[in-house]
Amino acid sequence: MFKILQKTFTTGIATVAYPDVPAVVSGHFRGRPEFDFHSWSDARPAAEVCPTGAIQLSGDDRVRRVRVDYGLCVFCGQCADASADGAVRVTTEFELATHHRASLMLEASYSLNADGTHQRLIAESEAEVTAEEAGGKVREAIRDTLGRSLAIRQVDAGSCNGCELEIVALNNPIHDIERFGIHFVASPRHADMLLVTGPVTRNMELALLKTYAATPDPKVIVAVGACGISGGIFGTNYASRGGVDSTIPVDVYIPGCPPRPEAMLYGILLAVGRLAEKVR
Amino acid sequence: MDLFEELREKFPLLVRAVQAPLEVVQNQVCIGLIGPDVGPLAEHLHSAYESRLVAVFAEDRVEAEGVFYNYYVFEQLAEPCYVILQAPISVHRPRFPSLAAALPAVNWQEREIQDWFGLQATGHPNPRRVALHDNWPGVHPLRKSFPLRQILPPFEGERHVYRPTLGEGVFQIPVGPVHAGIIEPGHLNFAVAGEPILYLQLRMFYTHKGTEKLFEDMPIHRAVFLAESISGDSAFSHGTAFCQAIESAAATEVPPRARVMRTILLELERVCNHIGDIGAIAADVGFMVANAHASRLREIVVRLNESLTGSRWLRGMVCVGGVRREWSAAQRDLLHDTVNQVEREFDSLVALVQSSDSTRDRLEHTGILRPETAKVLGIVGVAGRASGVDLDVRRDHPYAAYGRYPFRVPVYRAGDVLHRMLVRVDEVKESFAILRAAANDLPKGPHCAPTQPVPPGRCALSAVEGWRGEILHWVRTTDGNRLERCKIKDPSVNNWAAIVEAVQGNIIADFPVINKSFNLSYSGTDR
Repeated sequence: MFKILQKTFTTGIATVAYPDVPAVVSGHFRGRPEFDFHSWSDARPAAEVCPTGAIQLSGDDRVRRVRVDYGLCVFCGQCADASADGAVRVTTEFELATHHRASLMLEASYSLNADGTHQRLIAESEAEVTAEEAGGKVREAIRDTLGRSLAIRQVDAGSCNGCELEIVALNNPIHDIERFGIHFVASPRHADMLLVTGPVTRNMELALLKTYAATPDPKVIVAVGACGISGGIFGTNYASRGGVDSTIPVDVYIPGCPPRPEAMLYGILLAVGRLAEKVR
Repeated sequence: MDLFEELREKFPLLVRAVQAPLEVVQNQVCIGLIGPDVGPLAEHLHSAYESRLVAVFAEDRVEAEGVFYNYYVFEQLAEPCYVILQAPISVHRPRFPSLAAALPAVNWQEREIQDWFGLQATGHPNPRRVALHDNWPGVHPLRKSFPLRQILPPFEGERHVYRPTLGEGVFQIPVGPVHAGIIEPGHLNFAVAGEPILYLQLRMFYTHKGTEKLFEDMPIHRAVFLAESISGDSAFSHGTAFCQAIESAAATEVPPRARVMRTILLELERVCNHIGDIGAIAADVGFMVANAHASRLREIVVRLNESLTGSRWLRGMVCVGGVRREWSAAQRDLLHDTVNQVEREFDSLVALVQSSDSTRDRLEHTGILRPETAKVLGIVGVAGRASGVDLDVRRDHPYAAYGRYPFRVPVYRAGDVLHRMLVRVDEVKESFAILRAAANDLPKGPHCAPTQPVPPGRCALSAVEGWRGEILHWVRTTDGNRLERCKIKDPSVNNWAAIVEAVQGNIIADFPVINKSFNLSYSGTDR
């Protein structure tokens, strides 16, 4: 007993203060790739190497539309390696969680040179976000009801276990999610939030629907990781339904492969309307 | 006389007169058979060479050669190599004789072939579906005629019927697929008499997501990332196994520096998962303080991973030909310092766990897997080594840079939870030695070999000792830098049978810690 106490006291407090202070992130960490659409001379090499099709090209031999989808991105950084002009840069940004699937997408159109390289940027837009207002009122109610103490049921709907590793890490003494009054519970009947990972497999679809039905209202659904958002590298196939929102409605999407614990925490706090008080 | 000539002489009616028309890769012998009957050869390889049947899988070559093939991969240790028997199966007689009655290790694998390819394992003691659940329509997704993106109709028909639990005071506890903890999905059906478990029935493949079929759909440079998503806690091991298979097929020589860097990252994966498991085993018997220290320690390793690879779980680093990034002097210093720090703290963590008599009391004699059972069931990896199965791919078939560093493979025979934990403790200590030796011995030169598109029609097998055990990848390449087939075998596929054995007679309250002491991958099993 004495040994246990001694070890605990010599270790001291290990918990980080994120999000009150910025997260400790290695400079080598690969977060959001940033696209400088103005100086990008050719999107084709990046689209070619992207393992999940997060960079999609369309159009004809005069105009090219480029769509970047952070909801498919596995943050491998190959797009930056492949773009010789330095227009794609990997940043260490990870606070990417959002209420809207569409806000994870960027779009740009280029007129083209004869060799297929970009001549000129014609248009650049973040995909339009709608229904922001309508959602706002509901969110206020959620914050009032769930904001102070939150019970989460995690559901693996087909994940590779990568996201689970980081969700487990949320409970370690470093990230210690219980400091926010947030805890993981054993049954959906005790839960306010479902934290769902994985592409929804055909074999887990029914279990996910039943878990959703067993969770009392008001409930918040958070889709975790590239697979949870869009099906990721698995996409939609004979065994996979794709992202979580193919099966149940989703309130917040947390990009990453897997999202680091701070990214997860950011998304969870966003979902219950507690970010404003934490992040200035 | 080489093995082919010997087998040809002994079994002239079974073995083809010419060598199988496959590229022969170093340390791999491929022998073509005349028909699907592999039983006598399997028996001979087993009795004469103590060969171990490592994997059984099939391939659809109907379009190219008019047949299906079954592959039987045997491991030989005397002169370390893999012997692969290639048994053709006619389209008109889509069946093959089952070996499962004599070799329970292939039980699920043969049933997978039934489900994926529609080839019947005749004489299988339990030929029910395993990979596609009972209420799937009659499809065989790994046949070439089956389109990957096909959307199947909704489920109908009977769901799986479990063996009934009958008798006074005997009842059934169904658990999952959604579990109480933060773990992967699977269904566990316990039959209990009061507290003790009579038997356990498992239903896996809830996370089946078409992975092997997906490999056939993407160019190799993308498929590396798919390999990393087979089992998230073994991303680097699966990624390396995949890249090694491709390198072997393309005869790409991986530079020495890349081999050493891979070795370092493979060992870091082992260290962070083993430390996590030691903590989780402690947590499952209520020793939360030990778990807190273990998970803190794991976080230190995970942060080192991030500094070395850009990903906390070592993703996006391995590539065909080597590794994607070079390390700066600062990164190498960090590696050195962190290994020293973690080693110090690890010793103190182990002392903490071992200081608790009540923890030892819960772990000792709990969930025993006897060595004889482990051998028959083909149990590998940590679970095998705790039950007398002295196998380790790193030592037996050295890859990456493992040939350069001496290390000890811990083997116990007690086979209980305690010894599965002790195997991990010993292995982590060995890993520190490997890490230190490798970090001090980083050869000069490139971190990646230049790669060309892979030539079509090449086959190769690759093996990696992941932290859980033996991982196998087998590939056949095709035009356009793509794969015609990629077979993945995670050690979990065999080892589930060990859990079913180990829980019998234990109280249900000990199931979580027994399960954690194996810590198998659902996603690696289900793919």
